[in-house]
Amino acid sequence: MSADPAHSGAEVLLRALKDQGVEVIFGYPGGAVLPIYDALFQQNAIRHVLVRHEQGAVHAAEGYARSTGKVGVVLVTSGPGATNAVTGLTDALMDSIPVVCLTGQVPTHLIGNDAFQEADTTGITRPATKHNYLVKRPEDLARAVHEAFYVAQSGRPGPVVIDLPKDIVIGKAPYAPPASGHRSYRPQTEPDHGQIAKAIALLKQAKRPMIYTGGGVINAGPVASAALTQLVRMTGFPITNTLMGLGAYPASDPQFLGMLGMHGTYEANLAMHGCDVLLAIGARFDDRVTGRLNAFSQGSKKIHADIDPSSINKNVPVDVAVVGDAGRTLEALVAAWQADPTPFDRPALTAWWRQIDAWRAKESLRFTQDMKPGSVIKPQHAIRRLYELTRAVQKDIFITTEVGQHQMWAAQHFRFEQPNRWMTSGGLGTMGYGLPAAMGVQIAHPDALVIDIAGEASVLMNIQEMGTLAQYRLPVKVFILNNQYMGMVRQWQELLHGGRYSESYSAALPDFVKLADSFHAVGLRAESIDQLDDVIREMLAIDRAVIADIAVDPKENCFPMIPSGAAHNEMILGAEHEGEAAGIIDEGLVLV
Amino acid sequence: MAGLSRPSGGPLPRRMAGTTAGHDVEPTHMPDTTLRSATIAVLVENEPGILARVVGLFSGRGYNIDSLTVAAVESGGARSRINIVTSGTEMVIQQIKAQLDRLVPVHRVADLSLEGPHIAREMALIKVTGVGEKRVEALRIADAFRARVIDATHESFVFELTGGTDKLDAFIDLMRHLGLAEVSRTGVAAIARGVRTI
Repeated sequence: MSADPAHSGAEVLLRALKDQGVEVIFGYPGGAVLPIYDALFQQNAIRHVLVRHEQGAVHAAEGYARSTGKVGVVLVTSGPGATNAVTGLTDALMDSIPVVCLTGQVPTHLIGNDAFQEADTTGITRPATKHNYLVKRPEDLARAVHEAFYVAQSGRPGPVVIDLPKDIVIGKAPYAPPASGHRSYRPQTEPDHGQIAKAIALLKQAKRPMIYTGGGVINAGPVASAALTQLVRMTGFPITNTLMGLGAYPASDPQFLGMLGMHGTYEANLAMHGCDVLLAIGARFDDRVTGRLNAFSQGSKKIHADIDPSSINKNVPVDVAVVGDAGRTLEALVAAWQADPTPFDRPALTAWWRQIDAWRAKESLRFTQDMKPGSVIKPQHAIRRLYELTRAVQKDIFITTEVGQHQMWAAQHFRFEQPNRWMTSGGLGTMGYGLPAAMGVQIAHPDALVIDIAGEASVLMNIQEMGTLAQYRLPVKVFILNNQYMGMVRQWQELLHGGRYSESYSAALPDFVKLADSFHAVGLRAESIDQLDDVIREMLAIDRAVIADIAVDPKENCFPMIPSGAAHNEMILGAEHEGEAAGIIDEGLVLV
Repeated sequence: MAGLSRPSGGPLPRRMAGTTAGHDVEPTHMPDTTLRSATIAVLVENEPGILARVVGLFSGRGYNIDSLTVAAVESGGARSRINIVTSGTEMVIQQIKAQLDRLVPVHRVADLSLEGPHIAREMALIKVTGVGEKRVEALRIADAFRARVIDATHESFVFELTGGTDKLDAFIDLMRHLGLAEVSRTGVAAIARGVRTI
């Protein structure tokens, strides 16, 4: 620590950020952070992106973080600035996204006095962050920043808040360089080799194996996805990804069974249900994945590898637990599989694949699109066409989504070959995530094609960020599947609440073409099937922000579906699959 | 629900054996419905908000707190020790420990009830008011429990009693009929027997 503090707290803060490799901050100014904005004005090392709402700043930082593997940084003012950020912070916490959020605070002598724009930010954000700090002494400032970055990206990543009273950033503060390690927080990253050996022993005996991986593999970096691909190909085992894990394994590979869970494929869910050895990596047995817990994959021995010991045995008791980084664990599994001479039961695996292929033949994602000119567009078809027409684009492609039916259709029908290309709000299910997240992705990847697959209800929750797109000339494409309903709400009302569509119809929607125009973007609209491809092509050809408003079938439901409270083998399929009654049970009504 | 079909699925072998988790996460031996009490010691960095963090974890996730004590335990006050008595199924208690352990300022979490013999004590100050025979009886029982009289007037005693939770409960129960007026308890402080430390 330098003995002579010659710089203001704000300057020390920016220096600490720079030493942490920060290039971009997403933020919104206000009284308590004016000294920080003044310091930002007087330097060029760190770029500031002015959002239009603090929630947008956090989602943008999430998009930035998830598409780069770096920490996303947010700067907001005290009081409402901080409280507006809470949804984004909780979103980042649920999806394990590394974010550092700097919040302004009233001067230390006013804390607790109900001062103007005062909020108990550390109190409010305590359950919304992985950790938070209130800096009350200048000498703690630099250390808190470095520690926040360490905490945000070590172990299971997450959001960290640093609350900065105005007098601390105005007054002089000493600088301290990043220190290594941490006094108390030292997550285990290296897997235990005894546990790896137990896992391999189970996998070698498997007759009906299944691999299920989640966002942890994405968070562990591209090296983890490469090791996963190697393990899956080497073993010949089937693999499914969670919503957060899409892209960790190439979707085009025949060993990939698609996404699992509530709106997962028939083959992925039935393979989960019927497997005899289940290998879960970087996934947390979320209720959207497991369905009814007491019926979840009852016949399997379970191996669970996760960096967070609290994820293990939380919902589902497992037989072999491996604590460690997903990448290191996968590499250890690959090495141990290769080193172990025990043969495995190939005929059984072949029979298992025959069974899986029979499930696959059901084509659970099938839908029927009437191609007659003037026909209504099926939302699934719109996403399929978006996927197919983007294959010719010579750019890196990133997809974000809002939350609802369109999100599930995007997960089902858009295929991801690489990690870090798919940004969605999985755990918290935050409507309004996709547009600001796309903004953050585009800032990180200026030359990439970034598309927010949106619903017309969700996108309105953070539509103000169209202003940010205009200001920074970000050519984000907003692809709205407009069914004039909060589609997933409407679907549940149809299936579970007797078709009483209570408040789920979006009356008085804006004219999205004019809305785009007013935000200096291009608005396009497709009303029927014959216009769809042209609109997508035009959208892709425009080097500016675009809102493509795609009018889709308002009555379309998202299938397959495991209703709340049902088991994996009780999933319901769409009208394409004629048969007996659905598996919805009364107990499911109380679940979400 | 016309037009929706319910598939039959494949062969479904039943789960046969109990679980045998690895050694880096403690095994879940007991059936999931059996409740047990756990005395958990948590060594934490003594920083602002740490107690709120721990308490918020319990309330936010719906865990029980039967007793909680906290005090700085190092010279200079760099670290504090929190003793928590909680109850739940084995799976819930494992969760509580794992959740505590992942709090950033937590150095170590020890399940004293699982890791070997331990001693748990709490102290209570108990005010008993009254005159005559009941007052004499209260004093007699206090003597039997080795409670100390630390304040006395013609109409009241304050007893100081140290011991296990059961002993304190028993004493307080007896005092109910003898003019029990007020109780102040510290909550449980616990430590492992022998040379083992947290």
